[in-house]
Parts: sequence; structure tokens; C-alpha cells
Amino acid sequence: MELKNYHATSNAWDELLTDKLRARRGLRDITTFLRKSSLKDLNQRRYDAELAIRSMGITFTVYSDGSNIDREWPFDIIPRTILNKEWQTIEKGLKQRLTALNLFIADVYNDQKIIKDKVVPKDILASSRDYRSFCEGMTPVYGVWAHICGTDLIRDDDGAVYVLEDNLRVPSGVSYMLENRNISKRVLPELFENYNVLPMDNYPSQLLETLSSISPRPKDFPEVVVLTPGIFNSAYFEHSFLAQRMGAELVEGSDLVVGDDDCVYMKTVDGLSRVDVIYRRIDDLFLDPEVFNKDSVLGVPGLMRAWKSGNVALANAPGSGVADDKVVYTYVPDMIRYYLSEEPILPNVPSFLCSDKIQRQHVLSNMENLVVKPANESGGYGMYIGPRESKRRTAEMKRLIKANPRNYIAQPIINLSTVPTLCDNAIEPRHVDLRPFILQGDRSYVTAGGLTRVALVKGSLMVNSSQGGGSKDTWIIEPLSKREKT
Amino acid sequence: MLSRVAERMYWFGRYMERIENTARLISVNTNLVLDLPRVKHIWSSLISITGYEENFSTRFSNQDERNVIKFLLTDERCSIMSSVRLARENARTTREIMPREAWVKINKLYLHLEKNLPKALKREGRHQLLSEIVSYCQELNGYLYSCMSVNEAYNFMRIGTNLERADMTSRILDVGCLNLLNTEYPEIREYENILWMNVLMSLTAYQMYRQHVDDAINGEDVAEFLLKDEKFPKAVAHCLADINESFTLLPNPDEPLRAVTHAQRVIRGCDVPHLLSSEELHGFIDEVQADLGGIHNQLSGAWFDFTSSP
Repeated sequence: MELKNYHATSNAWDELLTDKLRARRGLRDITTFLRKSSLKDLNQRRYDAELAIRSMGITFTVYSDGSNIDREWPFDIIPRTILNKEWQTIEKGLKQRLTALNLFIADVYNDQKIIKDKVVPKDILASSRDYRSFCEGMTPVYGVWAHICGTDLIRDDDGAVYVLEDNLRVPSGVSYMLENRNISKRVLPELFENYNVLPMDNYPSQLLETLSSISPRPKDFPEVVVLTPGIFNSAYFEHSFLAQRMGAELVEGSDLVVGDDDCVYMKTVDGLSRVDVIYRRIDDLFLDPEVFNKDSVLGVPGLMRAWKSGNVALANAPGSGVADDKVVYTYVPDMIRYYLSEEPILPNVPSFLCSDKIQRQHVLSNMENLVVKPANESGGYGMYIGPRESKRRTAEMKRLIKANPRNYIAQPIINLSTVPTLCDNAIEPRHVDLRPFILQGDRSYVTAGGLTRVALVKGSLMVNSSQGGGSKDTWIIEPLSKREKT
Repeated sequence: MLSRVAERMYWFGRYMERIENTARLISVNTNLVLDLPRVKHIWSSLISITGYEENFSTRFSNQDERNVIKFLLTDERCSIMSSVRLARENARTTREIMPREAWVKINKLYLHLEKNLPKALKREGRHQLLSEIVSYCQELNGYLYSCMSVNEAYNFMRIGTNLERADMTSRILDVGCLNLLNTEYPEIREYENILWMNVLMSLTAYQMYRQHVDDAINGEDVAEFLLKDEKFPKAVAHCLADINESFTLLPNPDEPLRAVTHAQRVIRGCDVPHLLSSEELHGFIDEVQADLGGIHNQLSGAWFDFTSSP
């Protein structure tokens, strides 16, 4: 395939090719492979990948898609690559960040030192949608609240990596990350021969290890379950995938019951059986109708009682979402300095807080150059992207910001980096982000790489699967020495 | 194991068995029609076997080949396609229990039928597609048999398979008798031998029957074989013995065991020659069906609809 017109449609930083169309260091075998392959050959591989995805039933759900509850997972065969040397730094940065976030959550539900010391203003808790006063005074095992975190990373024009957001409620995507690797091993086996691609398939064991470590009953094999809202949830595939890989039961709310002894049991063919750790994939507000949403049929009455009595561990702990707020996000670098006395390894994307009068003025008068995000949404819902919005939508957005400034932050438009992607008749650059997954229990773990999401529409920066995004396998590469290459 | 998952495994076993049985049934009867072109009620007897007369009559008035095949292949609730859809749904919600290849297999069967099912509406493409369905089912059985631990999940699936199988065997036997008793077509008696052979073939029992019974094919021996044989996997007695064994491997099986041993005694004690000569076989099979229903109720009560507090 010709790559000579590759840069014609984009001026973003490319993960594989330099401006002069040479392979970035350590990645020449991939560009050679692409140049040597014919369109027919690549299309055949794409077809094989699609077939594998169909037959393995790798699906996701789009809520607006009517009765079709499972759509096949969109996948591009050309991998996204990062050299291990750079990755080592990113990994450290991610661990540092989650450690600080957990210290922050523990602090805000207990002594609130960071507020007393005026590093973080008091009113952001009062106005946070995910602050749960119910959790005040709690200290989960190891002081860890968010055991599983999916952090979105992006790379700007200058090649620097930034943290876009931390997902601490119920981050999803890790099963697709693992399946992507399976598929690319099938369709690009020869590329793996020339590289040392770090394996990632130990994630389920690491997850089980993390979950087991927080069991309230220190036994060898605590009963760990995955709590799913059920088959109509967009991430159901992932819930069953993780349960399967961990050898844990996949339970729905109706399978669980809380006894008078404030312990959680599941209904089995043997009778009731005690549960120690719940990896819950249900939002806080649906967990327990006795405490939160009274109408929730997804949750388990009494679950919060059991958790507060220390008879069951919940991952992530309820209330963790307080640190997932996009306004709180802007304070993470300060948290790292405050709790760890370290400089942040990974920078935030510069952000403007609409709650601050001066910053708000700046946002309101520069709407066309900014991205505006609601503080508590995920999946790209409710996002405003300045350059491409209509006048009417801009006016609407300004009104929303003025009505509820606390609910919005704004960021300059980051031109996400690109990766070569197999499009209709050519290889073209498409914008990507990256979601690594970080675990924290008695120790920390970061996936080798993560889920690379790619905006399949030319020029688009929307990588969410609910907004027309696809995905790529992510290779953390340790280049082989000349001697190892045979 | 979770009660909900146990229930889904049970139904998965039932639907998979139903898919295969229905495919074989259609296939064998498509052949029979070629032998007996003058006998008109072969197609309607398929509807009686499945017990879906009411559902059928709401969609179609005429029980001819086209309608019956269309109904049994594609109906939203009573067809091979609907069973595949339900089996897949049950497999999807128990995917963490089942070997991965098994899920891939049922998913492939679903995708295959979604695309190719219309081919079986006409006679020329029918045999091919139906035999593909049967081999999908057999491959799936193979995966489960060789890759899955004989654990509780496996046992629930096996109970579902055997209960469905016993049910289908008794239905096919029943309709075989009804065909012969049909007074509208007295000439069918001439074909008695072919009809009983057809009953055996619908259950893939012909070869094993031949090895077991030396005499020419006759109603008495066929009914005896299909009800009482302990060794043939589709004989009712064999299915019940298998269910009995699965029950003993599960916790607190007393009530379900009571139900299955009762059914076993009824089968063992029946006098087939008398039932046939007095034309009471149909009534007896009704009784057997009620017993199978009773087993289902008892096992649901013991393991699925479980409610109690700690």
C-alpha cells in the first residue's frame, strides 16, 4: 500500500509515521509490512477479523439501537504502538494518580484535611453529584475506595501525553482490550514474530487477586462475584467475560439477598451461600433501594447495610465517583503534590472551571475554540465541541453554563494523535485515545497498554463506541535486538 | 451454583435437544411423504407431535406442507429458529459457565440460520440445511461432553436434555398410534410397517432397534423398545434413569427423586401389548406426559424457585 499521501488529510502527531513518512524509532517492521501488503491482502485480514468477532459474539449495546441489543464490536486491524520505554513512565504516572485519588476519596469521607488546608474548595463536595454523605466515616480495607480505574490518555500535536479523565465509577472496555489482542494474533501473526509485544492477558488473574485481597474474611479463596444489571446493559458482554475469566459467579441483583445478620448471600441450588466481595457493575444509585434509588430493581435491598458493617467488600466502593467528577479532575495535580509530596508525572489537559468568574468569562467569550464538558457525564454525552457547533447550540450552551456554572468545565481543543487505519481504499490517519486500566488493592497493577479507541470518521475526534468509534489492539513494544531478530 | 444459572442451563439443554429433534422430525417426514404420496395427514401430524395446534391455527388455516414447514422453521415462538434464539440467549447469560467453544458454536448456528433458513422451506434445500442443524447440535454436544466438568451446571443441562428427549419420544410414539387409528384414511393400515419404521427413524432409533429386536417391525415391539429399553438413549426408561442419576448428584434431591422414580415405576409396569390391543396407548402416554410435567415442577421447586432467608 502506498503511504505517500498519508499526511494529506491530517496534521496531527502520528503514532507510527514521522512528518517525513518514516517509521518512528523501533517501528520499521510495521511500516514495511503496510507498504508491502496489497489492499486485497489487508481487506482479507479485515474480513477474517470481522468473521472472528461475529462468531465469538464480541458485542456491545447501543441504547438507541432499538431491539438490536448486540452490535458487533468495530475493530481496525492495524495496531497502535507505544515503545515500552515511554510506557514505563506512563505506568508510573498512572499508579501515582490512582494512589492520590484514593487518598483523596478516603480524606473527603473522613477528616477532609485537603479542604481544611484549602487545597480543594469546600463547595465542590456540596455540589458534587457523586458525593455520598452515606459513606462518611467509612474506611474500606487498605483505605482503597477505587480498586479499578480506567484513565483516558491522549497525545497532543507536540507528542506529549495528557490525562483526559479518570473513570472511577464502573469503567468498561477491558474485555475488548483483551479480545482485540486475540483477534490481532489471529490475523497478523507474522508481525508478532518481529517484536516483543508485552502480553496483557493476565488482567483477569490480577483483577481476581485485587478483589480477593479486599475480602472482609481473610480466607484463601473468598467468594467473589460480578454484579451485573443484566443482559440489556451496554457492557453485559464484558461482565460475563470477566466472570468467566475469573471463574467468579455472574450475579444479578435478584440472585443476592442480605440476611438479618447483615451478610450478603447468593441463592444457589445448595441454598444460601455467603458472598465476600462484589465487583459491582451497577451505578451507586441503583445498588440498594433501601438507601438510594427506591425504585431500583437492579440492586439488593440491605447491601449498603452489609457494606457499612464490613461484612462485604464492594469494588469500587460506593461514593468513589466523587473523584470522577470533571471539576475534581482539575485538582488532581494538586492532590498528588498534597498527599504524596511528588510532582505529577502525567499532566492534565489544561482546563477552565466555569464556576470561577474569570475563567467563566474566558470560556463564554471563546466558545468556538473550546470543548465544554458536563462535570458528571461519560461516553461523550452532552459534550460541546466549539468549532463544529451551530450558533443556536452555542447560545444554548452559554445559557446552560450561566445557569449552572459548577456543572461545566472547558478545555482547549486537543488535536488527538493519529494511527494508520484501514479505510475504504487506503490507509489513512484516524484520531485515537487510550484507556489503560489500573488496579489497586494490596498492591497496584497497570495493564500493558490499554484499549485504544479510534474515531473511524475522517477528521472526527469522537472515539466513543456510542458515537461511531472503533478500536485497535495496543502494542507496548520492547524492540528486539539485532541478534534476537533471526 | 446460582439457581438462576441452573435454570438457564436446564433450559439450554431442553432447547438444544428440541432443535435437533425437530430438525430430524421434519427431515424424516419429508422422506416419508415421498413414500406415501396419497396420505395427506403426515404434515398435520407434525403439528400434533409438537403440541402447538393452537399456535398454528392462529397463523394458518391449512395444515399443508408449506405452512407446516414454515411454522416449524420460523414461527416466533414454536419453531427451530425460536428455540435457537432462546438457547443462544440462555447460553449468553451463562457464558461464564460454559466452555467458550460451546458459546461460539451456538452463536454460529444462530448466525447461520438467520441467513440460510429460507432455503429449507423448499424440498430441494431442506435436507442439506436440516442435516447441518443436526451436526451443529452434535458438535456442540461433543464440546460439552469433552470439555466441561461433570459439575452441577452440566447436570442441570443433562436433566433438561433428557426430560426434553423423553417428552419427544413419547409424543412421536403417540402420533404414530394416532396415525394408525385414523378412521378417515383406513387404507393407512396397509402401510403400518412403513409408519412404524418412520417412528423409529424420527428418533434415529431404527438401527438400534434392529440390533435389539429380531422380529419384523411391528407396533408392539416398537412401543416396547421406545418406552422400556434401558440402553437406548432416546427410550423413555433410559432418559428417566439418567435423570434419576443426575438428581442424586445434586443437593437435597428428595422431592424430585420421588417424582422420577414414580415415573420409572409407571413405565416399567405398563403392559404394552394390552395397551395397544385395547387402544389405550394414547391415554397411557398422556399419563406419562403428565409425569414428565410433574418431574419438571418438582425440580423447579427444589432448585430454581428457591426462596428462604438465612
